[in-house]
Amino acid sequence: MTMTEIRAPERTHEGLTYDRVTRIVAHTLGNPSKGYYALLGAAVTLLAVGVICLLYLLRYGLGLAGYSMPTYWAIYITCFVFWVGIAHSGTLISAILFLFRSGWRTAVYRTAEAMTVFAVMTAGLFPLIHIGRQWFFYWLVPYPNQRGLWPNFKSPLVWDEFAIGTYFTVSTLFLIMGLIPDVAAIRDVSTGWRKKLYTITGLGWRGTNDQWRHYRPAYLYLAALATPLVLSVHSVVSWDFAMAQVPAWHETLFAPYFVAGAIYSGCAMVITLLVPMRRLFRLDEVVTVHHFENLAKLCLLTGMIVCYAYSTENFVAWYGGPTPERAAFIYRAFGRFWWAGWTMNICNAFLPWLLWFKKVRTNITALFVISIFVNLGMWMERFVIIAVHLAGEPFEPYVRASYNATWADWGIMAGSFGWFFMWFLLFVKNFPAVSVSEVKEELPPPRRAAAAARHA
Amino acid sequence: MKIPHPLSPILDRPMTPGVLAVFQHLDGTVDAIRELKSTGHRDFTVYSPLARHEIEIALAQPTSPVRAYTLIGGIAGCSIGAWIALYMSYDWPIVVGGKTIGSIPPYVVIMFEMTVLFGALTTLLGVLFNILLSVRQRGRIAYDPRFTNDRFGIFVPASGTQVTRVESLLKECGAEEVRHA
Repeated sequence: MTMTEIRAPERTHEGLTYDRVTRIVAHTLGNPSKGYYALLGAAVTLLAVGVICLLYLLRYGLGLAGYSMPTYWAIYITCFVFWVGIAHSGTLISAILFLFRSGWRTAVYRTAEAMTVFAVMTAGLFPLIHIGRQWFFYWLVPYPNQRGLWPNFKSPLVWDEFAIGTYFTVSTLFLIMGLIPDVAAIRDVSTGWRKKLYTITGLGWRGTNDQWRHYRPAYLYLAALATPLVLSVHSVVSWDFAMAQVPAWHETLFAPYFVAGAIYSGCAMVITLLVPMRRLFRLDEVVTVHHFENLAKLCLLTGMIVCYAYSTENFVAWYGGPTPERAAFIYRAFGRFWWAGWTMNICNAFLPWLLWFKKVRTNITALFVISIFVNLGMWMERFVIIAVHLAGEPFEPYVRASYNATWADWGIMAGSFGWFFMWFLLFVKNFPAVSVSEVKEELPPPRRAAAAARHA
Repeated sequence: MKIPHPLSPILDRPMTPGVLAVFQHLDGTVDAIRELKSTGHRDFTVYSPLARHEIEIALAQPTSPVRAYTLIGGIAGCSIGAWIALYMSYDWPIVVGGKTIGSIPPYVVIMFEMTVLFGALTTLLGVLFNILLSVRQRGRIAYDPRFTNDRFGIFVPASGTQVTRVESLLKECGAEEVRHA
């Protein structure tokens, strides 16, 4: 029995044909509407705010960031972890679900993959902003220098650099690999300058048996390489904290806790992006409620793991006795930043319980609202773990200095959202935001027998 | 004196004469592949807008050599990861965190990341190289833009008396359009 015969009958794309899929996706690349320009303008404005704040920061130094002893990791590192986390669901949907042969991924994976690449691009900026003397960023790279110095490979920060570098490269390759057949399909139905653009970027793809013969296994191997990579990257990010001896950081739970949280926030971001995109580009036929329900189920699964992780770390802090760990968790819940701690608990540990109900999972408006709160909650989680636990270090008597974020911090954070959305908007208008060839794989192929039955 | 374009031996190769058939149905395409193979044709090209296992099974092509690229790249990456971490530690030996100078457990992270990085890059090179090689072997052959949309296609290199025989074979298998190209 072949793979196609044992596949479950397709129920998500009623009445779609190969030609219709190509037309729907090609339609998304037409002349932009006013709404699109408004969104792009908003994104570029936000980016401009961020750039101005960054220029001030470059001129006057990190004193403009709200750092005060002992809080030297704050908004920038929070944003770094947040954006790396957002990136994770993209590779999950495109690589892990590919290996599991989940057919529904085909309609949403391009959006998720593009989101991954742009989120890693955004995340990568923050360590560079954070290092202070930004023009020495290349000191991170192991290169032969006059003093014969090398990076410390026992440091999780160096692991992180390798992990993020690899993740950015591999997820970009994955996105480009998937795009090639689709760009070729768009090339063959477009005209004018777009045809020229897609002729170059389609790399001469024609869908011959020789091309598919090498392409398919290569895609499989990339997925197989990317799957452990997804799990490793956020584990390594979590070790930036877990390897340090700060109360509430030094936990063995951190790696799975961070990976689950990353996928949770990433799936929420996919929903946040897909809902308006589906409406703006009239993708209702391709991206259906069924896809949103499956994304919601992924959110539910990872949300439950996050909820479990929160319970565990609170339990361990309580069960461990009167230690700095317990003091840190009391500070999280009742200290100066209680609002951040509770926003995180409510959005990440309580909100996903709503997704047990099918009515909520199939209501796109409800999902959109939930997804925004999940994004907020996950940003707060990183803020709590990083800034709040540093501000509240309870075992040093001199740390009563309080931490306050500044306009430069918030401006650069807003700029990161502008940067991300600008790239995403430019991508969806210039390249197929839904996979053409893979959505076709989910449709019943045209057969003579079926055609004869229709005409009889 | 007219200087020839340096890439003209690659770009301006003569078209391979043959027959191009356009199919609407997948099963017709698969039948045609089987018929062509049974009548001794080996060097024909099948176009399809998506990867279908039916076509792969009918063609029964050898396994793609891309996997060797992935394996070699992965092993090379792992070795390079181990080498840079160990070499750089011993080049400036300084005890950090009470660990031995060349401490393997923390370097596993570097080795793993480099395995994935090199494995992915060589996979891409493998695909590009193998596809370019096959394009070179086939020469310039006829194509129809519908093949990336909703039609399957078969191009059979043929000349002289072969043409009519191949044309009738393809028509019998349900080709909606057959042309000499």
